[in-house]
Amino acid sequence: MRVALFVTCVNDAVFPSTGVATVRLLERLGVEVDFPAAQTCCGQPQFNTGYREETRPLVRRTVRAFEGYDHVVVPSGSCAAMVRHHYPAFGPEAAALGPRTYELTEFLVDVLGVTDVGAYFPHKVTYHPSCHGLRMLGLGERPRRLLEAVKGLELVELPGAEECCGFGGTFAVKNPDVSAAMGADKIANAVSTGAGVLCGADNSCLLHVGGMLSRQGAPLRAVHLAEILASTEEEPFA
Amino acid sequence: MSRDSRERILSRIRSAVGGAPEAPEVPRAYLSRHAPEDPDAVLDLLHENLADYRAHVHRTDGAGLPALIGRLLEERGARTVVVPDGLPARWPAAWAAEPVPDTGLTATALDAVDAVVTGCALAVAETGTIVLDGGPGQGRRALTLVPDLHVCVVREDQVVASVPEALPRLDPLRALTWISGPSATSDIELDRVEGVHGPRTLEVVLVRGPV
Amino acid sequence: MSGIFVGMPAFPKAAREAVQDGTLRANLRHATHTIRDKRARAVAELADWAELREAGKRIKDRTLRHLDTYLIQLEEAVTAAGGTVHWAADAAEANRIVTELVKATGESEVVKVKSMATQEIGLNEHLEAEGIRAYETDLAELIVQLGEDRPSHILVPAIHRNRGEIRDIFREEMGKWGRQAPDGLSDSPAELAEAARLHLREKFLRAKVGISGANFMVAETGTLVVVESEGNGRMCLTLPETLISVVGIEKVVPTWRDLEVFLQTLPRSSTAERMNPYTSTWTGTTDGDGPKTFHLVLLDNGRTDALADEVGRQALRCIRCSACLNVCPVYERAGGHAYGSVYPGPIGAILTPQLRGTTSEIDASLPYASSLCGACYEVCPVAIDIPEVLVHLREKVAGQGGKGHRLEKAAMKAAGWVLDRPDVLAAGERLASKTRTLHPRKLPGPGARQWTGSRDLPEMPAAPFRDWWKKNRTGDDA
Repeated sequence: MRVALFVTCVNDAVFPSTGVATVRLLERLGVEVDFPAAQTCCGQPQFNTGYREETRPLVRRTVRAFEGYDHVVVPSGSCAAMVRHHYPAFGPEAAALGPRTYELTEFLVDVLGVTDVGAYFPHKVTYHPSCHGLRMLGLGERPRRLLEAVKGLELVELPGAEECCGFGGTFAVKNPDVSAAMGADKIANAVSTGAGVLCGADNSCLLHVGGMLSRQGAPLRAVHLAEILASTEEEPFA
Repeated sequence: MSRDSRERILSRIRSAVGGAPEAPEVPRAYLSRHAPEDPDAVLDLLHENLADYRAHVHRTDGAGLPALIGRLLEERGARTVVVPDGLPARWPAAWAAEPVPDTGLTATALDAVDAVVTGCALAVAETGTIVLDGGPGQGRRALTLVPDLHVCVVREDQVVASVPEALPRLDPLRALTWISGPSATSDIELDRVEGVHGPRTLEVVLVRGPV
Repeated sequence: MSGIFVGMPAFPKAAREAVQDGTLRANLRHATHTIRDKRARAVAELADWAELREAGKRIKDRTLRHLDTYLIQLEEAVTAAGGTVHWAADAAEANRIVTELVKATGESEVVKVKSMATQEIGLNEHLEAEGIRAYETDLAELIVQLGEDRPSHILVPAIHRNRGEIRDIFREEMGKWGRQAPDGLSDSPAELAEAARLHLREKFLRAKVGISGANFMVAETGTLVVVESEGNGRMCLTLPETLISVVGIEKVVPTWRDLEVFLQTLPRSSTAERMNPYTSTWTGTTDGDGPKTFHLVLLDNGRTDALADEVGRQALRCIRCSACLNVCPVYERAGGHAYGSVYPGPIGAILTPQLRGTTSEIDASLPYASSLCGACYEVCPVAIDIPEVLVHLREKVAGQGGKGHRLEKAAMKAAGWVLDRPDVLAAGERLASKTRTLHPRKLPGPGARQWTGSRDLPEMPAAPFRDWWKKNRTGDDA
């Protein structure tokens, strides 16, 4: 099977390791991965901040970049939700990309039909389901099932897991105090689990939460789900 | 002025939605009832739900009813009881408390009465609700509002399972009061406590057979 | 809407103060979490919740599509049942109508059932200026009124107060308004409720005029519906000789049967009960029972503006249950006052800017008072897609180009230009990576505080992903 990786702009520029992990994971599962170089950003930051016209060229670019691929895999629930839920507003061609776009855990569980991806990650992990994956895509138990099948991994429940971490795109800078207060509660909950790793499937949220963990010197690091799933006994990743 | 505003508002509405697509018929795929089609189970459900919201629920038959009401009034220390028109006369005859007929009592006069005894129009099992419509044996709305104790008699043939079953049996042109437990509030820390302005004690008597 | 909360700062600034108030944070956290879990249980009891939600949404949509027809039908039915219908285009007109009606009775005081519409138009303040004293009778409204405070929640306007604060307000203020608080009043909710009962009873018993809102108005029968818990609503609707109900035009539903949906979804969504303790329905006046005179004041006050907006009009489906406030992580931290309106929380953030417009600083900031997490949409019993409307209103605000938005638009355009050119983007990414050792994790200066005030910047990677791909999968060196 040949799929296109939509790495997302945040991962490309700031978290390339998540992109690398996604490639390694998919290849290990026998998937042939392409990276169409014409891709940049799905346009969600512009769209959600109220700049629909500024979003339009990015939608056009994204649609063209992934023309001809039946499966486009995105290691971000938020960007996948943008394509699936908001692209239809930009015309039929854009709408057609939605059904071909899969958030990483959807692709693994629904398309490949695997929950045990052969990963090894000997750490205590707690999982934060990011809002757009949780509510707009309805990822449900997929991420947890994948994590539970990882050898050596101890998954502990995050209290208040379904509460927003406070990132929210430009919300984080337009309402910095509320955003930080939400993030602080998320971190306190994560620390209370005793886990060493706070796992998420959206690096934009982890940028915010990880930045706070780092500032507070918390005994916890933020790691993208793809990096845990890419990790094996032979080749530890994250 | 109000006349002009009427035309202004209506015309603003028409220009706001005039070009909007037609709104289709409402799908009513929801259930007409959740409870099973079993009268005993429905009665039990009513009992359970009334009790869950702190109504005191009792069961009896027609023969035992007047004495049971009398006992409840006595236990609550009610010395005077307002009696709405149409309440069976043999009921008050069995009570120690003094019956007070509703002769158009003022609110202040009602405030000095200890209790009220009524029937009801129907009861809804799934929500633990009794509905009063001012019919015989129920009286005007103030009677079941001002006194601090309300004893309400529900016949088993007055019990319906659900809200969708209740509405068609009620007359919207009558003033209705739906009562689900005694007066309560969630206004302090969103925590529920019973007993504010309405009757603080609600005794519900479920009666099998004719009254 | 009238000029309530005049001079409110924009949301972020008001929220900053709230976030720093430890007592407020604790009060809100406690209350919202209590009700959140209860609501989830109450909703889970109904296997057909999704169908009820869909029906509720569609009933409201159909009503709004033919609002003129239903309002005329309602007017006819209310009039036929002995009521009088008045139409108020705005707050000033509604206040004037109510004042004249009260003055015509010769009374100088009224008792009020909690009503969002009368708060929205600032009725109490208007009556006060006309020499008429309005007594709020809902417990939370009483707390707000006695404390000379502002409401901060739709269902529980005093949610920002804890039991100890409420006890102090009752002890200090009740005596100035009537019967004083009992000696030795404790902070137990039951004792506080009892104090309110005693304080208000004398007012109910002598009241000649009651003022209410309504949760629903049934067009086909002319019936009004008030859903409540305490019995203060029943007192105000039943004991006075004159009843005046001020109701937003969007509160109409077409048929009596339609109530079967909302009487199931509203209580479970608001107080998490199968049914609220008291629901009153009345149609005009009833001989020998309740008020002899009934006036219905139908209020527009910006609603037809919202109705004209094809995305925004869904906000008019709102049945004021407060479920969206109770689950909102932003509301929980910022509190209701930060929204600068009687409608706080997610629904307020989409309703207020539509009713009042977006010309003031506070109103223009409301569409941004959300992380778009979608929890509000998930719990809404009439399926208002609040995030969708928020984004739509952001477009409007950005389009009007106010403070900060011109700069933001330029930045968005510039970013868009780069993002539409992968080679330029890659060059930028490489530059950032090459200079990464120079990047501090905390930026100085006021512009950067918004991010780095609480969070470190991430370490920039050695190279962007696209370079790794080129090198490792295409054999080219970047």
